[in-house]
Amino acid sequence: MTNAPVILTHDLAKSFGDAAAVRGLNLSVGANRITAFLGQNGAGKSTTIKMLLGMIRPSCGEGTVLGKRITDPEENREMRRKVAYVAEDKPLYGYMTVEQTIRFASSFYPDWRDAVARRLLSEYKLPPQRKVKKLSKGMRTKLALLLAFARRPELLILDEPSEGLDPVGIEHLLQMLVTQAAEGVAIFFSSHQIAEVERIADQVCILDNGRLLLDASLDHLRQSYRRIDLVFESAPPEREFRIMGVEKIQSKGHQMSVFASGNAEAVIEHARDLNAVSVEVAPVGLRDIFLETVKEN
Amino acid sequence: MFFKLTPTTGQPLYLQLMQQIRHATETGALQDGDQLPGIRTLAEELVVSPNTVAKAFSELEHGGLLELRQGSGAFVCVKRRTRSLADHVQVARRQLRDLIERLRDDGLSNEEIQRAFEAELLYPVEMVRKR
Repeated sequence: MTNAPVILTHDLAKSFGDAAAVRGLNLSVGANRITAFLGQNGAGKSTTIKMLLGMIRPSCGEGTVLGKRITDPEENREMRRKVAYVAEDKPLYGYMTVEQTIRFASSFYPDWRDAVARRLLSEYKLPPQRKVKKLSKGMRTKLALLLAFARRPELLILDEPSEGLDPVGIEHLLQMLVTQAAEGVAIFFSSHQIAEVERIADQVCILDNGRLLLDASLDHLRQSYRRIDLVFESAPPEREFRIMGVEKIQSKGHQMSVFASGNAEAVIEHARDLNAVSVEVAPVGLRDIFLETVKEN
Repeated sequence: MFFKLTPTTGQPLYLQLMQQIRHATETGALQDGDQLPGIRTLAEELVVSPNTVAKAFSELEHGGLLELRQGSGAFVCVKRRTRSLADHVQVARRQLRDLIERLRDDGLSNEEIQRAFEAELLYPVEMVRKR
Protein backbone atom coordinates (compact mmCIF):
# COMPACT_ATOMS: atom_id res chain seq x y z
CA MET A 1 0.00 0.00 0.00
CA THR A 2 2.40 2.64 -1.14
CA ASN A 3 -0.36 4.83 -2.54
CA ALA A 4 -1.26 8.05 -0.77
CA PRO A 5 -4.34 7.86 1.47
CA VAL A 6 -7.62 8.59 -0.31
CA ILE A 7 -9.03 10.24 2.79
CA LEU A 8 -6.97 12.16 5.31
CA THR A 9 -8.26 14.35 8.11
CA HIS A 10 -6.50 16.36 10.76
CA ASP A 11 -8.35 17.28 13.98
CA LEU A 12 -11.59 17.43 12.05
CA ALA A 13 -14.49 18.58 14.23
CA LYS A 14 -18.12 19.59 13.90
CA SER A 15 -20.51 21.02 16.44
CA PHE A 16 -24.16 21.77 16.00
CA GLY A 17 -24.79 24.53 18.54
CA ASP A 18 -23.54 23.15 21.85
CA ALA A 19 -23.58 19.56 20.67
CA ALA A 20 -20.28 18.17 19.41
CA ALA A 21 -20.91 15.58 16.69
CA VAL A 22 -17.30 14.97 15.66
CA ARG A 23 -14.37 15.73 17.98
CA GLY A 24 -10.85 16.04 16.59
CA LEU A 25 -10.92 13.22 14.09
CA ASN A 26 -7.63 12.04 12.60
CA LEU A 27 -8.54 9.61 9.90
CA SER A 28 -6.38 8.05 7.21
CA VAL A 29 -8.07 5.77 4.68
CA GLY A 30 -5.80 3.83 2.36
CA ALA A 31 -6.12 3.37 -1.40
CA ASN A 32 -6.58 -0.16 -2.74
CA ARG A 33 -8.55 -1.31 0.24
CA ILE A 34 -12.02 -1.77 1.66
CA THR A 35 -12.41 0.25 4.84
CA ALA A 36 -15.42 -0.13 7.11
CA PHE A 37 -16.60 2.73 9.30
CA LEU A 38 -18.43 1.41 12.36
CA GLY A 39 -20.25 3.21 15.12
CA GLN A 40 -23.54 3.40 16.98
CA ASN A 41 -26.34 5.62 15.73
CA GLY A 42 -25.32 9.20 16.45
CA ALA A 43 -21.61 8.37 16.70
CA GLY A 44 -20.85 10.96 14.01
CA LYS A 45 -20.36 8.72 10.96
CA SER A 46 -22.75 10.52 8.62
CA THR A 47 -21.56 13.93 9.79
CA THR A 48 -17.99 12.87 9.04
CA ILE A 49 -18.91 11.60 5.60
CA LYS A 50 -20.83 14.79 4.79
CA MET A 51 -17.84 16.90 5.83
CA LEU A 52 -15.55 14.80 3.62
CA LEU A 53 -17.83 15.44 0.66
CA GLY A 54 -18.05 19.15 1.34
CA MET A 55 -21.77 19.00 2.12
CA ILE A 56 -21.32 20.51 5.56
CA ARG A 57 -18.54 22.75 6.76
CA PRO A 58 -16.23 21.57 9.57
CA SER A 59 -16.22 23.70 12.74
CA CYS A 60 -12.47 23.24 12.80
CA GLY A 61 -9.73 21.02 11.49
CA GLU A 62 -9.03 20.10 7.91
CA GLY A 63 -8.98 17.22 5.54
CA THR A 64 -8.37 16.03 2.00
CA VAL A 65 -10.17 13.53 -0.20
CA LEU A 66 -8.10 12.25 -3.14
CA GLY A 67 -5.65 14.99 -2.25
CA LYS A 68 -8.26 17.76 -2.65
CA ARG A 69 -9.01 20.02 0.31
CA ILE A 70 -12.55 19.46 1.55
CA THR A 71 -13.19 23.11 2.37
CA ASP A 72 -12.12 24.50 -0.99
CA PRO A 73 -15.16 24.72 -3.32
CA GLU A 74 -13.11 24.47 -6.50
CA GLU A 75 -11.07 21.46 -5.35
CA ASN A 76 -14.25 19.96 -3.94
CA ARG A 77 -15.94 20.03 -7.35
CA GLU A 78 -12.93 18.30 -8.89
CA MET A 79 -12.97 15.64 -6.19
CA ARG A 80 -16.69 14.94 -6.55
CA ARG A 81 -16.15 13.93 -10.19
CA LYS A 82 -13.95 11.05 -9.00
CA VAL A 83 -16.00 10.01 -5.97
CA ALA A 84 -19.26 8.07 -6.03
CA TYR A 85 -21.44 8.44 -2.95
CA VAL A 86 -24.45 6.55 -1.68
CA ALA A 87 -26.17 8.67 0.97
CA GLU A 88 -27.81 7.30 4.08
CA ASP A 89 -31.27 8.62 3.22
CA LYS A 90 -30.93 7.70 -0.50
CA PRO A 91 -32.22 11.05 -1.79
CA LEU A 92 -33.88 10.61 -5.18
CA TYR A 93 -36.51 12.58 -7.05
CA GLY A 94 -39.84 10.94 -6.26
CA TYR A 95 -41.59 12.19 -9.39
CA MET A 96 -39.10 10.55 -11.76
CA THR A 97 -39.36 6.97 -12.94
CA VAL A 98 -36.51 4.53 -12.40
CA GLU A 99 -35.51 4.86 -16.04
CA GLN A 100 -35.62 8.68 -15.97
CA THR A 101 -33.53 8.70 -12.79
CA ILE A 102 -30.86 6.54 -14.43
CA ARG A 103 -30.79 8.67 -17.59
CA PHE A 104 -30.68 11.86 -15.51
CA ALA A 105 -27.75 10.60 -13.41
CA SER A 106 -25.84 9.27 -16.41
CA SER A 107 -25.69 12.74 -17.95
CA PHE A 108 -23.72 14.06 -14.97
CA TYR A 109 -20.83 11.66 -14.97
CA PRO A 110 -18.14 11.17 -17.61
CA ASP A 111 -17.23 7.85 -15.95
CA TRP A 112 -20.75 6.43 -16.44
CA ARG A 113 -20.90 2.83 -17.72
CA ASP A 114 -24.16 2.19 -19.51
CA ALA A 115 -23.63 -1.57 -19.81
CA VAL A 116 -23.20 -1.91 -16.04
CA ALA A 117 -26.30 0.21 -15.40
CA ARG A 118 -28.38 -2.00 -17.69
CA ARG A 119 -27.04 -5.22 -16.19
CA LEU A 120 -27.78 -4.02 -12.64
CA LEU A 121 -31.25 -2.82 -13.64
CA SER A 122 -32.13 -6.37 -14.64
CA GLU A 123 -30.26 -8.05 -11.77
CA TYR A 124 -31.99 -5.83 -9.22
CA LYS A 125 -35.33 -6.45 -10.96
CA LEU A 126 -36.18 -2.76 -10.76
CA PRO A 127 -39.32 -1.78 -12.71
CA PRO A 128 -38.04 0.88 -15.18
CA GLN A 129 -41.39 2.67 -15.52
CA ARG A 130 -42.22 2.91 -11.82
CA LYS A 131 -42.05 6.29 -10.11
CA VAL A 132 -39.36 6.51 -7.45
CA LYS A 133 -41.90 7.53 -4.80
CA LYS A 134 -43.72 4.21 -5.35
CA LEU A 135 -40.59 2.11 -4.77
CA SER A 136 -40.14 0.04 -1.62
CA LYS A 137 -37.29 0.90 0.74
CA GLY A 138 -35.19 -1.98 -0.57
CA MET A 139 -35.78 -0.95 -4.18
CA ARG A 140 -34.82 2.66 -3.41
CA THR A 141 -31.58 1.40 -1.90
CA LYS A 142 -30.94 -0.74 -4.97
CA LEU A 143 -31.54 2.20 -7.29
CA ALA A 144 -29.15 4.37 -5.26
CA LEU A 145 -26.54 1.60 -5.40
CA LEU A 146 -27.03 1.22 -9.14
CA LEU A 147 -26.34 4.93 -9.64
CA ALA A 148 -23.05 4.56 -7.77
CA PHE A 149 -21.92 1.22 -9.20
CA ALA A 150 -22.58 2.30 -12.79
CA ARG A 151 -19.77 4.79 -12.39
CA ARG A 152 -16.08 4.03 -12.37
CA PRO A 153 -14.88 6.30 -9.55
CA GLU A 154 -11.54 6.34 -7.74
CA LEU A 155 -13.29 6.28 -4.40
CA LEU A 156 -16.67 4.90 -3.42
CA ILE A 157 -18.24 6.19 -0.21
CA LEU A 158 -21.35 4.46 1.07
CA ASP A 159 -23.38 5.43 4.13
CA GLU A 160 -25.36 2.43 5.41
CA PRO A 161 -25.64 0.82 1.97
CA SER A 162 -27.39 -2.34 3.16
CA GLU A 163 -30.37 -0.56 4.68
CA GLY A 164 -33.64 -2.19 3.65
CA LEU A 165 -31.95 -5.01 1.74
CA ASP A 166 -32.84 -8.67 2.30
CA PRO A 167 -30.07 -11.30 2.68
CA VAL A 168 -29.94 -11.91 -1.08
CA GLY A 169 -29.66 -8.17 -1.70
CA ILE A 170 -26.91 -7.85 0.91
CA GLU A 171 -24.96 -10.71 -0.67
CA HIS A 172 -25.24 -9.04 -4.07
CA LEU A 173 -24.10 -5.74 -2.58
CA LEU A 174 -21.03 -7.37 -1.02
CA GLN A 175 -20.17 -9.01 -4.32
CA MET A 176 -20.46 -5.66 -6.10
CA LEU A 177 -18.15 -4.08 -3.51
CA VAL A 178 -15.60 -6.86 -4.07
CA THR A 179 -15.85 -6.38 -7.84
CA GLN A 180 -15.32 -2.62 -7.50
CA ALA A 181 -12.37 -3.18 -5.18
CA ALA A 182 -10.86 -5.63 -7.69
CA GLU A 183 -11.09 -2.88 -10.30
CA GLY A 184 -8.97 -0.68 -8.07
CA VAL A 185 -11.70 1.46 -6.49
CA ALA A 186 -11.01 2.43 -2.88
CA ILE A 187 -14.08 1.79 -0.73
CA PHE A 188 -15.13 3.53 2.46
CA PHE A 189 -18.46 2.44 3.91
CA SER A 190 -20.40 2.74 7.13
CA SER A 191 -22.50 -0.17 8.27
CA HIS A 192 -24.28 -1.82 11.17
CA GLN A 193 -23.96 -5.22 9.52
CA ILE A 194 -20.92 -6.37 11.46
CA ALA A 195 -21.01 -9.95 10.16
CA GLU A 196 -20.83 -8.63 6.60
CA VAL A 197 -18.12 -6.10 7.40
CA GLU A 198 -16.09 -8.90 8.91
CA ARG A 199 -16.14 -10.79 5.62
CA ILE A 200 -15.04 -8.16 3.15
CA ALA A 201 -13.28 -5.32 4.96
CA ASP A 202 -9.49 -4.96 5.01
CA GLN A 203 -9.54 -2.18 7.58
CA VAL A 204 -11.96 -1.20 10.35
CA CYS A 205 -12.44 2.21 11.93
CA ILE A 206 -14.66 2.46 15.01
CA LEU A 207 -16.12 5.86 15.81
CA ASP A 208 -17.85 6.58 19.10
CA ASN A 209 -19.13 9.84 20.43
CA GLY A 210 -17.30 11.70 17.65
CA ARG A 211 -13.94 10.10 18.39
CA LEU A 212 -11.95 7.44 16.60
CA LEU A 213 -11.50 4.57 19.05
CA LEU A 214 -9.97 1.99 16.79
CA ASP A 215 -8.30 1.94 13.39
CA ALA A 216 -6.83 -1.45 12.57
CA SER A 217 -6.64 -4.09 9.89
CA LEU A 218 -8.93 -7.09 10.32
CA ASP A 219 -5.89 -9.35 9.98
CA HIS A 220 -4.41 -7.64 13.00
CA LEU A 221 -7.66 -7.83 15.00
CA ARG A 222 -8.01 -11.53 14.24
CA GLN A 223 -4.47 -12.26 15.32
CA SER A 224 -4.37 -10.09 18.42
CA TYR A 225 -7.74 -10.13 20.20
CA ARG A 226 -8.33 -13.04 22.53
CA ARG A 227 -10.62 -13.94 25.38
CA ILE A 228 -8.78 -15.96 28.00
CA ASP A 229 -10.89 -17.85 30.50
CA LEU A 230 -9.10 -18.88 33.66
CA VAL A 231 -10.01 -20.92 36.72
CA PHE A 232 -8.11 -20.60 40.00
CA GLU A 233 -8.15 -22.67 43.20
CA SER A 234 -8.79 -19.56 45.25
CA ALA A 235 -10.10 -16.09 44.46
CA PRO A 236 -8.73 -14.97 41.06
CA PRO A 237 -5.78 -12.55 41.44
CA GLU A 238 -7.36 -9.87 39.25
CA ARG A 239 -4.80 -7.22 40.01
CA GLU A 240 -1.94 -9.38 38.74
CA PHE A 241 -3.44 -9.23 35.27
CA ARG A 242 -3.58 -5.48 34.74
CA ILE A 243 -0.89 -5.65 32.08
CA MET A 244 -0.41 -4.23 28.61
CA GLY A 245 -3.03 -5.42 26.16
CA VAL A 246 -5.58 -6.40 28.81
CA GLU A 247 -8.70 -4.33 28.17
CA LYS A 248 -11.08 -5.84 30.63
CA ILE A 249 -11.18 -8.37 33.47
CA GLN A 250 -14.28 -9.99 34.90
CA SER A 251 -14.32 -12.37 37.86
CA LYS A 252 -17.00 -14.63 39.24
CA GLY A 253 -16.23 -17.14 41.99
CA HIS A 254 -13.16 -19.08 40.93
CA GLN A 255 -13.47 -17.96 37.32
CA MET A 256 -11.85 -15.03 35.64
CA SER A 257 -12.28 -13.84 32.08
CA VAL A 258 -9.67 -11.62 30.46
CA PHE A 259 -10.42 -9.62 27.32
CA ALA A 260 -7.13 -8.79 25.61
CA SER A 261 -6.44 -6.65 22.54
CA GLY A 262 -2.98 -8.16 22.33
CA ASN A 263 -0.24 -9.71 24.44
CA ALA A 264 -2.32 -12.84 25.04
CA GLU A 265 0.88 -14.89 25.41
CA ALA A 266 1.87 -12.88 28.46
CA VAL A 267 -1.55 -13.38 30.03
CA ILE A 268 -1.32 -17.13 29.49
CA GLU A 269 2.21 -17.32 30.85
CA HIS A 270 1.15 -15.25 33.84
CA ALA A 271 -1.81 -17.54 34.46
CA ARG A 272 0.47 -20.59 34.46
CA ASP A 273 2.91 -18.90 36.86
CA LEU A 274 -0.01 -18.17 39.18
CA ASN A 275 -1.11 -21.80 39.02
CA ALA A 276 -4.36 -21.40 37.14
CA VAL A 277 -6.05 -24.81 37.10
CA SER A 278 -7.63 -24.16 33.70
CA VAL A 279 -6.61 -21.88 30.85
CA GLU A 280 -8.81 -21.59 27.79
CA VAL A 281 -8.12 -19.22 24.91
CA ALA A 282 -10.74 -18.21 22.36
CA PRO A 283 -10.66 -15.80 19.42
CA VAL A 284 -12.86 -12.71 19.57
CA GLY A 285 -15.14 -11.77 16.68
CA LEU A 286 -15.60 -8.25 15.38
CA ARG A 287 -19.02 -7.96 17.03
CA ASP A 288 -17.49 -8.46 20.49
CA ILE A 289 -14.57 -6.20 19.69
CA PHE A 290 -17.02 -3.50 18.65
CA LEU A 291 -19.25 -3.92 21.70
CA GLU A 292 -16.35 -3.98 24.16
CA THR A 293 -14.64 -1.00 22.53
CA VAL A 294 -17.79 1.10 22.56
CA LYS A 295 -18.74 0.02 26.09
CA GLU A 296 -15.31 0.89 27.50
CA ASN A 297 -15.69 4.39 26.13
CA MET B 1 -11.85 -26.10 -5.98
CA PHE B 2 -14.02 -25.30 -3.02
CA PHE B 3 -12.69 -23.03 -0.34
CA LYS B 4 -14.49 -21.94 2.80
CA LEU B 5 -13.24 -19.02 4.83
CA THR B 6 -14.53 -18.42 8.35
CA PRO B 7 -14.34 -14.79 9.49
CA THR B 8 -14.55 -15.57 13.22
CA THR B 9 -11.79 -18.11 13.85
CA GLY B 10 -9.15 -15.67 15.02
CA GLN B 11 -7.00 -16.36 12.01
CA PRO B 12 -6.51 -13.92 9.11
CA LEU B 13 -8.52 -14.94 6.05
CA TYR B 14 -5.48 -14.97 3.77
CA LEU B 15 -3.84 -17.54 6.08
CA GLN B 16 -6.96 -19.72 5.95
CA LEU B 17 -6.94 -19.56 2.17
CA MET B 18 -3.23 -20.40 2.05
CA GLN B 19 -3.76 -23.42 4.28
CA GLN B 20 -6.69 -24.65 2.24
CA ILE B 21 -4.77 -24.38 -1.02
CA ARG B 22 -1.81 -26.12 0.57
CA HIS B 23 -4.08 -28.80 1.96
CA ALA B 24 -5.66 -29.30 -1.47
CA THR B 25 -2.23 -29.96 -2.96
CA GLU B 26 -1.49 -32.44 -0.20
CA THR B 27 -4.68 -34.41 -0.74
CA GLY B 28 -4.29 -34.26 -4.50
CA ALA B 29 -7.41 -32.17 -5.03
CA LEU B 30 -5.03 -29.69 -6.67
CA GLN B 31 -2.26 -31.17 -8.78
CA ASP B 32 0.87 -29.95 -10.47
CA GLY B 33 0.01 -27.59 -13.33
CA ASP B 34 -3.60 -26.99 -12.22
CA GLN B 35 -4.83 -23.46 -12.68
CA LEU B 36 -6.55 -21.51 -9.92
CA PRO B 37 -9.15 -18.81 -10.62
CA GLY B 38 -7.78 -15.29 -10.89
CA ILE B 39 -7.68 -12.96 -7.88
CA ARG B 40 -10.81 -11.11 -8.90
CA THR B 41 -12.83 -14.25 -9.72
CA LEU B 42 -11.87 -16.01 -6.52
CA ALA B 43 -12.53 -12.89 -4.42
CA GLU B 44 -16.00 -12.55 -5.96
CA GLU B 45 -16.69 -16.23 -5.42
CA LEU B 46 -15.62 -16.17 -1.76
CA VAL B 47 -16.98 -12.64 -1.22
CA VAL B 48 -13.78 -11.44 0.42
CA SER B 49 -11.54 -8.47 -0.25
CA PRO B 50 -9.36 -8.99 -3.34
CA ASN B 51 -6.40 -8.14 -1.07
CA THR B 52 -7.08 -11.35 0.89
CA VAL B 53 -6.69 -13.49 -2.23
CA ALA B 54 -3.76 -11.43 -3.54
CA LYS B 55 -1.89 -11.82 -0.26
CA ALA B 56 -2.49 -15.58 -0.10
CA PHE B 57 -1.35 -16.01 -3.71
CA SER B 58 1.76 -13.94 -3.28
CA GLU B 59 2.77 -15.75 -0.06
CA LEU B 60 2.23 -19.12 -1.76
CA GLU B 61 4.25 -17.95 -4.73
CA HIS B 62 6.98 -16.99 -2.32
CA GLY B 63 6.88 -20.49 -0.86
CA GLY B 64 7.07 -22.02 -4.34
CA LEU B 65 3.64 -23.64 -4.32
CA LEU B 66 2.09 -21.29 -6.86
CA GLU B 67 3.41 -19.74 -9.99
CA LEU B 68 1.77 -16.44 -10.90
CA ARG B 69 1.78 -15.69 -14.60
CA GLN B 70 0.98 -12.20 -15.72
CA GLY B 71 -2.51 -12.09 -17.14
CA SER B 72 -3.20 -15.82 -17.06
CA GLY B 73 -3.57 -16.53 -13.36
CA ALA B 74 -2.04 -18.82 -10.77
CA PHE B 75 -0.71 -22.30 -11.43
CA VAL B 76 0.02 -24.99 -8.89
CA CYS B 77 3.53 -26.38 -8.80
CA VAL B 78 3.80 -29.39 -6.56
CA LYS B 79 7.36 -30.60 -6.26
CA ARG B 80 8.64 -33.61 -4.38
CA ARG B 81 8.98 -31.48 -1.25
CA THR B 82 5.21 -31.15 -0.90
CA ARG B 83 4.73 -34.84 -1.57
CA SER B 84 6.94 -35.65 1.38
CA LEU B 85 4.88 -33.12 3.33
CA ALA B 86 1.84 -35.18 2.38
CA ASP B 87 3.57 -38.20 3.89
CA HIS B 88 4.23 -36.21 7.05
CA VAL B 89 0.56 -35.37 7.23
CA GLN B 90 -0.29 -39.05 6.88
CA VAL B 91 2.02 -39.92 9.77
CA ALA B 92 0.67 -37.06 11.87
CA ARG B 93 -2.88 -38.24 11.30
CA ARG B 94 -2.03 -41.72 12.54
CA GLN B 95 -0.40 -40.21 15.64
CA LEU B 96 -3.42 -38.04 16.26
CA ARG B 97 -5.76 -40.98 15.88
CA ASP B 98 -3.77 -42.88 18.51
CA LEU B 99 -3.74 -39.91 20.83
CA ILE B 100 -7.46 -39.32 20.48
CA GLU B 101 -8.13 -42.99 21.18
CA ARG B 102 -6.06 -42.80 24.37
CA LEU B 103 -7.90 -39.67 25.49
CA ARG B 104 -11.25 -41.36 24.87
CA ASP B 105 -10.05 -44.33 26.91
CA ASP B 106 -9.27 -41.86 29.68
CA GLY B 107 -12.93 -40.89 29.58
CA LEU B 108 -12.78 -37.57 27.72
CA SER B 109 -15.68 -36.74 25.44
CA ASN B 110 -15.21 -35.65 21.83
CA GLU B 111 -16.23 -32.16 22.80
CA GLU B 112 -13.64 -31.96 25.57
CA ILE B 113 -10.94 -33.26 23.27
CA GLN B 114 -11.89 -30.75 20.59
CA ARG B 115 -11.86 -27.85 23.05
CA ALA B 116 -8.44 -28.90 24.34
CA PHE B 117 -7.10 -29.10 20.80
CA GLU B 118 -8.45 -25.72 19.84
CA ALA B 119 -7.11 -24.11 22.99
CA GLU B 120 -3.65 -25.61 22.44
CA LEU B 121 -3.59 -24.53 18.80
CA LEU B 122 -4.25 -20.95 19.81
CA TYR B 123 -1.10 -20.80 21.90
CA PRO B 124 1.57 -18.79 20.17
CA VAL B 125 4.30 -20.88 18.56
CA GLU B 126 7.14 -19.50 20.72
CA MET B 127 5.41 -20.54 23.89
CA VAL B 128 4.83 -24.09 22.77
CA ARG B 129 8.56 -24.36 22.12
CA LYS B 130 9.35 -22.99 25.56
CA ARG B 131 7.15 -25.48 27.33
